[in-house]
Amino acid sequence: MSKKLTLDALRQLREDKQKELSKRDPANKDIQVIIGMGTCGIAAGAKNTFAAFLDILDAKNITNVLVRQTGCMGLCHSEPTVEVITHDMPPVIYGNVNKEACEKIISQHILEGKLVDDLICDRPAIDIIR
Amino acid sequence: MAYKQFILVCGGTACESNKGIELVAELKRAVEAVGLVNDVQVVRTGCLGFCEKGPIVKIIPEDTFYVEVKPEDATEIVNEHIVKGRMVERLLYDKSQSKQHVEVDEIDFYQKQFRIVLRNCGVIDPDKIEEYIARDGYAALEKVLFEMSPDQVIDELDKSGLRGRGGAGFPVSKKWAFAKVQQADQKYMVCNADEGDPGAYMDRSTLEGDPHSIIEAMTIAGYTIGANKGYVYIRAEYPLAIGRLELAISQAREYGLLGDNILGTDFSFDIEIRLGAGAFVCGEETALLASIEGKRGMPTPRPPFPAVKGLWGKPTVINNVETLANIPVIITKGSDWFSKIGTATSKGTKVFALTGKVKNSGLIEVPMGTTLREIIFNIGGGIRDGRQFKAAQTGGPSGGVIPPEFLDLPIDYENLAKIGSIMGSGGLIVMDETDCIVDVAKFYLDFTVEESCGKCAPCRIGGRSLYNLLGKITAGTATMDDIDTMQEIATAMQRASLCGLGQTAPNPVVSGLRYFRDEYEKHIIDKKCPSGKCKNLLSYSIDPVKCVGCTACARVCPVNAIAGERKKTHVIDPVACIKCGQCYEVCKFGAVIRG
Repeated sequence: MSKKLTLDALRQLREDKQKELSKRDPANKDIQVIIGMGTCGIAAGAKNTFAAFLDILDAKNITNVLVRQTGCMGLCHSEPTVEVITHDMPPVIYGNVNKEACEKIISQHILEGKLVDDLICDRPAIDIIR
Repeated sequence: MAYKQFILVCGGTACESNKGIELVAELKRAVEAVGLVNDVQVVRTGCLGFCEKGPIVKIIPEDTFYVEVKPEDATEIVNEHIVKGRMVERLLYDKSQSKQHVEVDEIDFYQKQFRIVLRNCGVIDPDKIEEYIARDGYAALEKVLFEMSPDQVIDELDKSGLRGRGGAGFPVSKKWAFAKVQQADQKYMVCNADEGDPGAYMDRSTLEGDPHSIIEAMTIAGYTIGANKGYVYIRAEYPLAIGRLELAISQAREYGLLGDNILGTDFSFDIEIRLGAGAFVCGEETALLASIEGKRGMPTPRPPFPAVKGLWGKPTVINNVETLANIPVIITKGSDWFSKIGTATSKGTKVFALTGKVKNSGLIEVPMGTTLREIIFNIGGGIRDGRQFKAAQTGGPSGGVIPPEFLDLPIDYENLAKIGSIMGSGGLIVMDETDCIVDVAKFYLDFTVEESCGKCAPCRIGGRSLYNLLGKITAGTATMDDIDTMQEIATAMQRASLCGLGQTAPNPVVSGLRYFRDEYEKHIIDKKCPSGKCKNLLSYSIDPVKCVGCTACARVCPVNAIAGERKKTHVIDPVACIKCGQCYEVCKFGAVIRG
């Protein structure tokens, strides 16, 4: 099959690839979702959580969220843990974040600016943050 | 499955030659070893610009910037940073010796920069056409083919104010318009990638990091002027750039973005690569065309200009790499956007290859009108080893030296011409007080004499005479009359040479005489070289008061010209001394006198 592009095919290709590449662009991302991916987090399913965040953000076409990982946050009893940082709200750590919780965090916290009460964990001890 | 993290590794020539290829392989292997091949993508990008600290590794989305990474660091980066989320602190770019994490945007080197030409360098994988397309690649071509007439393209370029980045700064729209109005059965579009200034590598990096931008721009040019054939003239000593360009051309053909009936329209255009053997004169457009035709690379008188009678006698437009890389952006973002950047007469940005005695050498892009002070002290991090700034040379062998009093002059075509230098293609060499202005001029003349094609007498004979006179000055045998002779020769070369090579070759001498005349006079009258570069004017002796007889100088002297016993004053034999200066460097007591 010839790979020669028509105008529409070129535009389609650009659109498809754009999403993929925009993840590499740290500019214009003002919200951070940080996933605890220490051994404990990964064992508790943090990889699925990570994938769920990416998928839902993609599906909802939200581009200003930076999803990144960090090590163990010290809340191993509530893994997977996720920290959400937006500029107009205090940084919050959510625990036991499964796929449904991802949905809630994105739709309530990120889109509407409301904390997801039943998932909030305390901030970890200060020596762990350091 | 989408990737979650990206490890971008600089794939420019500088980093690749510094074990960058092994580094990519090691990183890939390390990622595989921890089972994250589906989560983490290792991308080899074009030049990230920070060549001083290469190889560079950037991790996205965290935007962590690692410098001077060695292949053996790969496992640690993957195990610590990727798996555990802890930064490898010892590899971070160390700003003020504090071990704080510095994000890329916070590094001074990048803060003052504005990237248009290098927009994709260090972001995309140059070997993947899809990544170029995703970054609005070929959107300009699309717009031009389906929405714009050739006249509209020329009009847009005219309004943008884009001028040629190869040296002379001729408006691009005018060049294209001349070629467009010619009636001919065949026209050609040529990309000049024969970058030959000592120390300049902007065009090489652009081609290595973003080859498709050149292909797209050439195709747009072909559509505008009515050419269906393009040539990229590139020097054979750029194998990496050639390889990536070849691959890019074949990908573009495969996708129907080059070849017959581009994107289903009735416009056809194709590109061929022609390798040059690396003659400086072939950067001159008529010599370049002769070389493409298979003849000896020598310039011919203009007019007729190539836009009227160029390659094989047909109307031909020749643009330099950097010029072309601007064009797709101007078309997609519009001339209004572009013309807001820069100064009144010089629009857009300029890429400089910043080298010499500056702390952060590298590839930078700044808006026109940025001052030398910002480039050298903010981006470049100042002068190495705490020395003083003495001069900067723009335009390579065709430019002039710029003294410290012009550090705050906004750089654009007109201002540089006013102070006796030129924009040139973008080499920017920084000199400190240990550089001798006469010696630098001699170095450039040596280059232009070597590279002169010998066709016209002013360049062939004038250049050699200037070089000989500079030799006399550095040897201490010149008289003040020789300065007048040099001025005379320089004027003759500037007025009578056939092409730019000869016309600009005297610039380093003329500007040196203009701003550093006292240094020339010291060489001629006092027979001294203030910077200590000109060996024939130096003599070394030992101060008997300061000498403690430590024997350090005698031990380091390669010709055993220093005599003296332990704890007794040492003496240098001036006849045996080869003036290498090692005793001067090694003496801890300041007892060796250079004068």
